[in-house]
Amino acid sequence: MSDVTLLDVRNLSKSFGGVRAIVDISFKLNQGEVLGVIGPNGAGKTTLVNILTGFIKPDHGQAFYKGRNIIGMTPDKIANLGLARTFQVMRPLHSLPTYKNLIVPLNSPRIKKAAGGKLGNLDSVAIDILEEIGFERDARVPYKTAGSLPLGYQKRLELARCIALRPEIILCDEVFSGLSMSEISSMIPLVEKFVMEGMTLIMIEHRLRELFRVANKVLVMNFGVKISEGPPQEVMKQDNVKAAYIGGERSK
Amino acid sequence: MESVIVYGAINSITFALTAIGFSLVYGVSRVPNFAHGAIYVLVGFITWSLVNDLNLNYGLSIIISLAIASLIGLGIYQFVLIRLRGMPTSEIIASFAVSLIILEGLRLQGVGGFKGFIGPNYVLKPFFDGKIEISGVFVDYQRLIVVGAGVALAAILWLFTHYTKMGLSLRAIAQDEQAALMLGINSDRAGMTAMAIGSALAGLAAVIILPLGNITAEAGYHVLIYALAVCIIGGLGSWAGTILASFLVGFAMKFSTFMFGAVWESVVLIGTIILVLLIRPSGLLGKQKELEERV
Amino acid sequence: MAAQDVRKKRLDRSINVRSTGLYALNSYREMAYLLAPRLLLIVGLLALPLFLDHYWQRVFCTAGVFAILALSFDFLAEYVGLVCLGGALFIGFGGYGAGLLNSEFGLPPWASIPLAAVIGACVSTVVIMPCLRLRGIYFAIITFMLPLFARNVIVALGLFGSTEGITGLDTLPNIWVEQYVILIGVLIVLFALRRFVSEDVGLIMMGIKDNDQAVLAAGISIFRYRVLAVFIAALIGCFAGAYLSHLYGWLGLSLFAMDFSILPIAATVMGGMGTLVGPVIGALMLSPLSEALRGMGQLRVVLYCFILLIFILYKPEGLMNFLERKYHQFERVEKV
Repeated sequence: MSDVTLLDVRNLSKSFGGVRAIVDISFKLNQGEVLGVIGPNGAGKTTLVNILTGFIKPDHGQAFYKGRNIIGMTPDKIANLGLARTFQVMRPLHSLPTYKNLIVPLNSPRIKKAAGGKLGNLDSVAIDILEEIGFERDARVPYKTAGSLPLGYQKRLELARCIALRPEIILCDEVFSGLSMSEISSMIPLVEKFVMEGMTLIMIEHRLRELFRVANKVLVMNFGVKISEGPPQEVMKQDNVKAAYIGGERSK
Repeated sequence: MESVIVYGAINSITFALTAIGFSLVYGVSRVPNFAHGAIYVLVGFITWSLVNDLNLNYGLSIIISLAIASLIGLGIYQFVLIRLRGMPTSEIIASFAVSLIILEGLRLQGVGGFKGFIGPNYVLKPFFDGKIEISGVFVDYQRLIVVGAGVALAAILWLFTHYTKMGLSLRAIAQDEQAALMLGINSDRAGMTAMAIGSALAGLAAVIILPLGNITAEAGYHVLIYALAVCIIGGLGSWAGTILASFLVGFAMKFSTFMFGAVWESVVLIGTIILVLLIRPSGLLGKQKELEERV
Repeated sequence: MAAQDVRKKRLDRSINVRSTGLYALNSYREMAYLLAPRLLLIVGLLALPLFLDHYWQRVFCTAGVFAILALSFDFLAEYVGLVCLGGALFIGFGGYGAGLLNSEFGLPPWASIPLAAVIGACVSTVVIMPCLRLRGIYFAIITFMLPLFARNVIVALGLFGSTEGITGLDTLPNIWVEQYVILIGVLIVLFALRRFVSEDVGLIMMGIKDNDQAVLAAGISIFRYRVLAVFIAALIGCFAGAYLSHLYGWLGLSLFAMDFSILPIAATVMGGMGTLVGPVIGALMLSPLSEALRGMGQLRVVLYCFILLIFILYKPEGLMNFLERKYHQFERVEKV
C-alpha cells in the first residue's frame, strides 16, 4: 500500500427524478488499497460504480483519476485509462466462446499501445489469461460458449475481462454474490492474489465476512450517504453502521 | 408574412395531431406502430367508401371507420406484435411489413377487378364550407376545426392519462414496465389498449385533416415520417416535447416554403432531424434518455 | 403398446469431433461432407447462367444486386445489431456515383464501379453517422427515410438530371460479363463477410450487438466499430448500385426506390437471418418472383411483405437455418 492517491472522489451527487441515489460522496483511494463499499440494498453502491466508470453522469461532483477528472468521459475512455469494472448482472458475450470474450479487451487501445503490436496470437494470450484466472482445471472450459458457463465461472470471466485490460484499479460489483460456498472459497484466493500483485480494488459487497478478509478499508453507505469510513473492524462497531444493517440485508 | 404564421400554426397542430397517436403507442409498449400512417390513410379510404359507395351518413361513417381503425390496431397487436415481444429486430421488420401491405395494397390496380385507390377523386368533404379571415389571412373553417380538435384532443389525452385508471396504467408502463407489471398492471392488455387508442387517434387525425386535400396512399408514408420526425426531435417520454417539436417543424417548414419554395420542405425536415441528432440526441425535451444509447 | 412400436430416431450425421468453427477432419468423407454444400452452391451458381435464356439472364443480374443488398442487411442486422431499412440509399449513391463518373468524367465501367463504391460508401457513412446515436428502432426508421429524403433533395436542388435522370451511360460488354461480374461479386462478398465475422474485428462487432455495455467497459469505442460496420455494408451496397447503373445504362430517381430497401429484407428473413448464405438464396428466389409479377404493379410489394410477415411469425429461423439443422441432424421414424 503506497501513499499515491489514485482516485480522488469529491462530492458526487446523483438524483433520479425524486430519488436521491447518491448524496455528496467523497473519498480517496490510494494505490494498493482494497476498499470495500458496503451498505444495505438501495444505498447507491452500484450507482456509484456506474458513475465512476462513466455509464451515468452525476449531477454534481468530480472524480480525479491520477489527476484527471473522469466525470463526463465515456466508459471506454475510462477503461482505457486503467479503471476496469465487473458487472453485477453479468454480461458475458453469450454467443461467443469464452476465450473469445477476451478478444474484446485485448483489442482495446490500451492494450494495443502497451503491447506495441507485439502481442502475437491473441487467442493464446486469452487462454493464458483464463488459465491464470482458474480455468485450467478443465481444459475444455475456455472453449465453451460463454453463455453456458456456470455462475462461478461467469464471475471469473468478468474478472478475466478486467484483467485483460491490465488495469490499475478494478471495481468489483458483488463478485461474491450468488456463489456457493465452494465457489467462494476458490474466489477468495484469486482476489488475494490480485491484492498481492499490487492491484487496487474497490469491492462492492454484501458478504461482509469474505470482504473483510481482503479489504483494508471500508466505506459504508446508506440511502446514498456515506455514513462511515475506516478499517473494517472499527467501522462495524459503530452504532450508526449497525443500525443501518438491522432489519435490512442479513449477511449470509 | 402573416400567412406564414397562421399556416405555420395550423401546420404545427396538424403534425401534433398525427404524431400523438404514434407517440402514445411507442411510449407505452415500446413498439413503434409503423402502421400508424397506413391506418391514417386506410381510415380515410374507408370513410370515403362508406359515404360514397354505401351512402351512409358522414358522421356515422366516421364513427364506424374509427371503430374499424381501433380493431385493426388491436388486430395488429394481437396477431403480429404479441408474438414478437422482446425481439426488437423482428418487431421492427414485422410492423414495417404490415404497414407496407396496407399502403401498397391500397395502391393495387387491376387485380381481380379491384380498382385500387388511385386518382384525385378521393376527397372527403370538409365539415363546413367557407372561410373566415384572421388578420388578413383567409383560413378555411376546416383548418380551424383542425386546430380546435388538436387542442381539444391534447386536453382530453392529458386528462385521460392523469385521471383515469387505464390512462395512469399506460403512463406507468411507459415509465417502467417491470415496476408496472409488479403492480399488477397487465402490460399486454395495456399494449392492446394503447394500440387501439393510437389507431383511433390516427384515424381521427385522418378524418379531420384529409378533407383539406385528397386522399392518397403516399400520405401514409408522409404521416409516418412526420410523426417520427416530431417524436425524435421532441424527444420521447415527453408529450410536451412532441408538441413543441410539432411547432418547431411546422413553422420551419412553412417558413422555408415561404422563403425558398415548396420543394425544400422535406430537406428542411431531414436537416432538422439530423441537427437535433447531432446536438441533442435525446430530443429537445427528452426526459428519459430513450433515443440515445443506454450509456 | 402401439405407441411404443415406432419412435423417432435422431441421427447425428455431422463431424464427430467438433467445436464452434473448428472441425477435426478425420477422413475424406468428412471433408466432403463439409465441402459438398459449399461446392454445390458455388458450382451451381456459376453454372446457372448457362441454362438460362436471355430474359432470365437479365433477371439473374438484378437478382445478384439484390443478393448483395441482402448480404449487407444481414451483416448489419445480425452481426452488428443495426437494422438498416434503407438499402436503397446505397444503391442510389452508388448508382449516381458511377453514372456521374461515367458521364461527367468519362470513366469506363471497370473504373467507375469500384470508385463509386468507395465514394458512395463514404458519403453514406457520413450521412448515417449521426443516426447511429439512435436506439435500434429509431435507427431503423431513420434509415428507411433516408433514401426518400435523398430523393427529395435531388429533386429540390435539381441535381443530376433531377426527375429525368441521366441516360446514355456505358454498359458492360455483353450479357455474360454482366452476369459473371455480379455473380463473382456476390460470391466474393459472401465469403469475405464470412471470414470477416470470425476475425477479431468481426467478433467485436458481434459483441457490440450482444452486449454493448460490456464492450464499452472493456475499453472499446463502440461508435468507431459501428461506423466501420456501416462503411462495409455501404461499400458492398454501393458496389451493387454502381453495377446497376451500368447494367441499365441510365440512372434516375428510381435508384432510390423502396423496392431496394424491402426485397433484401424479405429475402433475408426468408432465407435465414444470420446465415449470410440464406439471404443470397432468398434473393435468388424472390427476385425472379418479383420479375414475374412485374405486370401486377404494387402487388409485388404486398407479396414480399406478406411472405416476410409469414416467415417472421411462423418460421423466423428462415430456410437456411432450417436446412442446416436438418443437414446435420435428421429424424427418422423407425420401429423399436
